[in-house]
Amino acid sequence: MRREPPRTIADYAPLVFPALMLIVFFVIPFSTMIAVSFFQRDQAGFYTPTFTLDNYERFLSAFFGGVLGFSIMLAVLVAVVCVAVAFPFTYLLARSSRRVQTVWLVAILSVLSLSEVIIGFAWSTLFSRTAGITNLLVAVGLMSEPQALLPGFGAVLTGMVYQALPYTILVLYPALVRLDPTLLEAARTLGASPARAFLNVVVPALRNTIVATLIMVFVFALGSYLLPQLLGRPQHWTLSVLITDQAIYQSNMPFAAAMAVFLVLMSLALVGLTLMIGGRREASA
Amino acid sequence: MSARLLKGTAFLVVALFLIGPLVVVAGVSINEKQALTFPPQGFSLAWYGQIFTDPGWRAALIASLTLAASSAALAVLIALPLAWFLWRRIAPWANVFQLLGVAPFILPPVITALGFLTFWATVGAYGQPWTAAISHAIFFVTLPLVTLSLGFNSIDRSLVEAASTMGADDRTVLRTVVLPLILPYLVSGFAFAFVLSLNEYIVAYMTVGFTMETLPIKIFNALRYGYTPTMASVSIFFVALAAIIFGLIARFGNLRKLLGAMSGDEK
Repeated sequence: MRREPPRTIADYAPLVFPALMLIVFFVIPFSTMIAVSFFQRDQAGFYTPTFTLDNYERFLSAFFGGVLGFSIMLAVLVAVVCVAVAFPFTYLLARSSRRVQTVWLVAILSVLSLSEVIIGFAWSTLFSRTAGITNLLVAVGLMSEPQALLPGFGAVLTGMVYQALPYTILVLYPALVRLDPTLLEAARTLGASPARAFLNVVVPALRNTIVATLIMVFVFALGSYLLPQLLGRPQHWTLSVLITDQAIYQSNMPFAAAMAVFLVLMSLALVGLTLMIGGRREASA
Repeated sequence: MSARLLKGTAFLVVALFLIGPLVVVAGVSINEKQALTFPPQGFSLAWYGQIFTDPGWRAALIASLTLAASSAALAVLIALPLAWFLWRRIAPWANVFQLLGVAPFILPPVITALGFLTFWATVGAYGQPWTAAISHAIFFVTLPLVTLSLGFNSIDRSLVEAASTMGADDRTVLRTVVLPLILPYLVSGFAFAFVLSLNEYIVAYMTVGFTMETLPIKIFNALRYGYTPTMASVSIFFVALAAIIFGLIARFGNLRKLLGAMSGDEK
């Protein structure tokens, strides 16, 4: 049975249920959110339908600019740290035996599927005074008394790297595991040391993969909504935290929606960029 | 030798970083008294018992399991016909639906969650338990969609052709050849969606947060209104559950292939 274009109406039947579900429960909610971003807040209920740009105008404040700047800076930092750690690690993993790879993949998937709530809880415990890592340092005599390492920027950054690292490894894994081994053999035969071959052959060969991964991890980190809240101070809140806060605790759905639309546009632009880079890679391969 | 040492060190550092927080949480979970201390004082598995005996935690566990099972099933029901259609027919425009299936997963989760919140509030169903199931199904439909697309593409078309030359119609081919071949991919897609739904917080919170407590919501509330070692035991319980499920996929399926280890010609 070859692939063939649908001829009769009945041939389209399998598409009906998925299409309906995706349109009703994704396209419409998404459009509703965009519409709500132009509505007015209603103290009593959710919102009153009108058309106003007030919600977007609120972006033009120094406070919002600060939050946006901080969110982007934090996400860039997380992406750079994750790729810097994950790339050599995944490279080594991809050269290991199948058995070792499988065990690591199970562990990485298990950590990746952890709820942000659990990650936040785990790190707030690890950084706390009563149950934290400083207790171990005291026990071995490196510190005189236990300390709380949170809330703070370091705690937020560590938590977010922890959350994004398994994701980064899994994004890099296919490209690194399929890397042509003859490339490396050639470099080694010509006298390059393993480290030199890695830096001068593997890294340049996967330049586009690295850029695409950086962007994907950046978008992923931009979506972190709990860790800055659980591990940081209010000045460490990101756009995602602010959206949650406005929607749930301040019940200002229109403003939350306007911020969300803004975040979507930014993420979409970046995902588009990733796809473009990916497309160029396919074309050149 | 130095290369092996380097590799060993790198693996050890990443392993410590990934496992460290979980070790502390595991330590906290076996404290004898109701206090979050590490190293633990005394040894007790009572906090694990609490997950099943304390009415609040048990209700949250049941809510989470029900939500995960129903949303993963619904996600597979949406993904299966879509992936089959895309494999069976030449209809480039239908790729739009594949894109729609992947989009909720790629966008920052807060956005998908807020979309659901405004939608359910607008249609007046805000807070109903079933809204969370539908929301999670859409949110995680990407996973079965990706595994099933991979499964369909790995089917040798000559098998299907042989069946149809021997007189099997579309339906018979689907039932006797295609479905058995993609069953492992279907199961993994379900399992991925199940585990992630179990752990999902923000979509669940924005849809049913005020009427129902899933385990992640309950842990979050406990973080704000009073720590208890049960939070730690639930976290460890979840990690163990995820490790068992992914371990089973690795044992009975090909995890490396699912995660993209093999290119097209290696099928």
